[in-house]
Amino acid sequence: MSTSLQDPIRTAVLSATGLRIATTAGKEILHDVSFELQPGKILALVGESGSGKTTAGLACLGHFRAGLTHTGGEIRMAGSGPSSNILDLPEPERRKLRGGVISYVPQDPALSLNPAMRIGDQIMEVLQVQGHGSSDAERRARVAEVLAEVGLKNDDAYQRRYPHQLSGGQQQRVGIAMAFACRPSVIVLDEPTTGLDVTTQALVLQTIDQLAELHNVAGLYITHDLAVVAKIADEVVVMLSGEVVEQGPTERVLYQPQHDYTRKLLDSVPDLAGKRRVGRTSVITGEQPVVDPRPAAAEDRTRREASANFLEVSGLRLAYGSNQILDGISFTLAPGESMMLLGESGSGKTTLSRCVAGLNDDYSGEVRLSGDTLSAGTRARTAEQRQRIQYVFQSPFSSLNPRRTICESVEVPLQMSGKMGRKERRRRVLEALDQVRLGSSYLDRRPGDLSGGERQRAAIARALVNAPSLLVCDEVTSALDVSVQASIIDLLRALQHETKMSMLFVTHNIALARHISQRMAILQHGQIVESGSTDEVLEHPRHEYTRELLANVPTF
Amino acid sequence: MMPIILRRLATSVLILLAVSVLVFVATLLLPGDPAQAILGQQATPERLAALREQMNLNDPVWQRYLTWLGGLFIGDFGVSAASGGAVSALLGERIGASLVLLVAAGAISIPVGLLLGTYSALRRGRAGDHIATGTSLVLAALPEFVIGIALVTLFSTTVFTILPSVTMAPPGEPVWNYPQQLILPTLTLVLVVTPYIIRMMRATMLEVLESGYVEMARLKGVPERQVILKHALPHALSPVAQVVAIQLAWMAGGVVVVEFLFRYPGIGQALVDAVTNRDVQVVQVLAILIAAVYIVVNLLADVVGILTNPKLRTGGAR
Repeated sequence: MSTSLQDPIRTAVLSATGLRIATTAGKEILHDVSFELQPGKILALVGESGSGKTTAGLACLGHFRAGLTHTGGEIRMAGSGPSSNILDLPEPERRKLRGGVISYVPQDPALSLNPAMRIGDQIMEVLQVQGHGSSDAERRARVAEVLAEVGLKNDDAYQRRYPHQLSGGQQQRVGIAMAFACRPSVIVLDEPTTGLDVTTQALVLQTIDQLAELHNVAGLYITHDLAVVAKIADEVVVMLSGEVVEQGPTERVLYQPQHDYTRKLLDSVPDLAGKRRVGRTSVITGEQPVVDPRPAAAEDRTRREASANFLEVSGLRLAYGSNQILDGISFTLAPGESMMLLGESGSGKTTLSRCVAGLNDDYSGEVRLSGDTLSAGTRARTAEQRQRIQYVFQSPFSSLNPRRTICESVEVPLQMSGKMGRKERRRRVLEALDQVRLGSSYLDRRPGDLSGGERQRAAIARALVNAPSLLVCDEVTSALDVSVQASIIDLLRALQHETKMSMLFVTHNIALARHISQRMAILQHGQIVESGSTDEVLEHPRHEYTRELLANVPTF
Repeated sequence: MMPIILRRLATSVLILLAVSVLVFVATLLLPGDPAQAILGQQATPERLAALREQMNLNDPVWQRYLTWLGGLFIGDFGVSAASGGAVSALLGERIGASLVLLVAAGAISIPVGLLLGTYSALRRGRAGDHIATGTSLVLAALPEFVIGIALVTLFSTTVFTILPSVTMAPPGEPVWNYPQQLILPTLTLVLVVTPYIIRMMRATMLEVLESGYVEMARLKGVPERQVILKHALPHALSPVAQVVAIQLAWMAGGVVVVEFLFRYPGIGQALVDAVTNRDVQVVQVLAILIAAVYIVVNLLADVVGILTNPKLRTGGAR
């Protein structure tokens, strides 16, 4: 409290100064990181994967993951005595701070809530451990109270639920309730909305914002999503490979960035209005040409009327038991056209794209390619039909065989057609790698040596090697950092322009719409609730659900 | 939760029935005639025919199967061809003796295995872990008779002579009246079974300790002891229960070698004798019994799995 008397303006609850953390092998991964958390304010810690933001966040709780050690600097809590460096405290003392004074909201509640404990008990546990309240009855009342605060039901039946009986958004709110249960003065939020759809994200952000303000809690919000930062944070710290490169009020950092890296990061965030041109950013996509989707769209509209529909899906239905996944889907796609299939998790968008590609064969309804009805599964389709539709999977970390070189992975489709010799195949692979801007040096490397973006490029090369006429991209950028996402979007746009192939771009990220697609279809509960040209849908949404989605997109 | 267990129980009964058919058919296919085996080579054809009639050997196969199966349910296991006495009387004592061995070995090896496995996981990479994993690997690699002989050499013959190497209870007196004689057979079984439990427990515990909810529990300020007992242990148990079940089941059948080694009067020895004497009735009953033990312990493992995983006993997201 003495600090507040001396310095009424900056009354930091928690301040990290010169924080250094290294691996036990001696490699430093946080270099001299400093920041301060103010009560009632939220500080956003922004950076890409591997920048050390989670490590810094966990250090605030005096926790280091296995293999990491603290090598310098301190973290001080205001008002906890003269020797208030958390990192000097013995483990039992630190444990008393955790959950009580400083709490943590994890990235993925599905992994971080104990699956075998009822949610009420999990919140109860933190209260008991911290000795909050004087009796169990009092603690139980607090559990009910905090559940209501995060906007969940708080009756006994609800408290007796297990985590798997809740949706992702509800699980995350249980995580937040757990963090707020003991009325902490600092709360560390580690990407709490990654993996949630926009509507749920908006709700969760609102809850965090309200609670932080109401209880005067200082928040450290770790994220890579700048749109979320704009919405929630008062101050921003930008991190790049373990170093703070820029720091300041949100307004200034986002609208007048000083550091090059911040500018690059900002440039690669897709926006709903399509004003920012993701992918033009110099370092990230360097030599790539910029393609504007809109002229192509106009051109396409005339072509659409002239030529027959290239892909026609009609009355597609699929159910697992009583669960109707796809409920009568019909749409068409013109040659050279790019269409976005937008939907939240569970809307059936991945199932739909798998049906089109023939990876899922128990659907009813019709998929026609250039007028020919395709058989249900890939096994029943001809080699030529299979070659014409290619699929790119969501995670490049699991879709490439780690034991095969890039060349071996990419040439598989060519081997399957069985017509080419080894040399010819290698030449075609090289061509495909050139198309995705990976050079010949990648031919004999393995996925383990590649970054996420490079792997996704290799996966796209594998789809391109047979010169398909339809590319199905299933959430291809959701596992990637925002700057890498920008380069992949840029690449897909350029490829579509070069090869004139059609594209189905499946995503939950509506902000990408103007950057990739000429038309879009919005999926909800296995039905297309709205479709039309991208501009039409975004500017004049007709369906209630589309309007709701648009209202919840964080923008800046 | 009950419906799942009942369903498993129903499957178990079906499996047991299938096993009984297999066992019955397999013993039918054995060469030799039980009547001949009882009466010996010098028997007159009239006596053979009379005995066949008495043993219902002339009935159709399915009828004999059903009679036999019905007998199993009411505890009438038939007549031993070798001794002429009731199988139940012959086996009763031996089943008891084997059960004592099995329960003693299980009661020691399961807690020891779980404790050492957890200890190993918690001290990963340190001396204690290396000693525990190294020793268990060596023991797991040794066949049970080698361990048994080594123990006999160590404790009853060459080095020390403090424990009896064979079981010599007078007939009719239960084995547990001579607890000293139980030590070596039990110890052999424990040394065979525990290493697998330790290794499995260590592996699953390591996985669980890396999980998000264990880290979250630590970040909630939960004391380490409670983190292990409340958050980590329940999740590690379910896969280990499967291994324990397999080990217990193995003990029911694999006890043969150990019982033979120590001249222990259990079902293993009875089985060896019965096979030598073509005592078909006894072989059938023992085969069914061992199959039943397999099924029961696996069922128990499934129950442990269901108890530790609420997803299996409650519905999905609502």
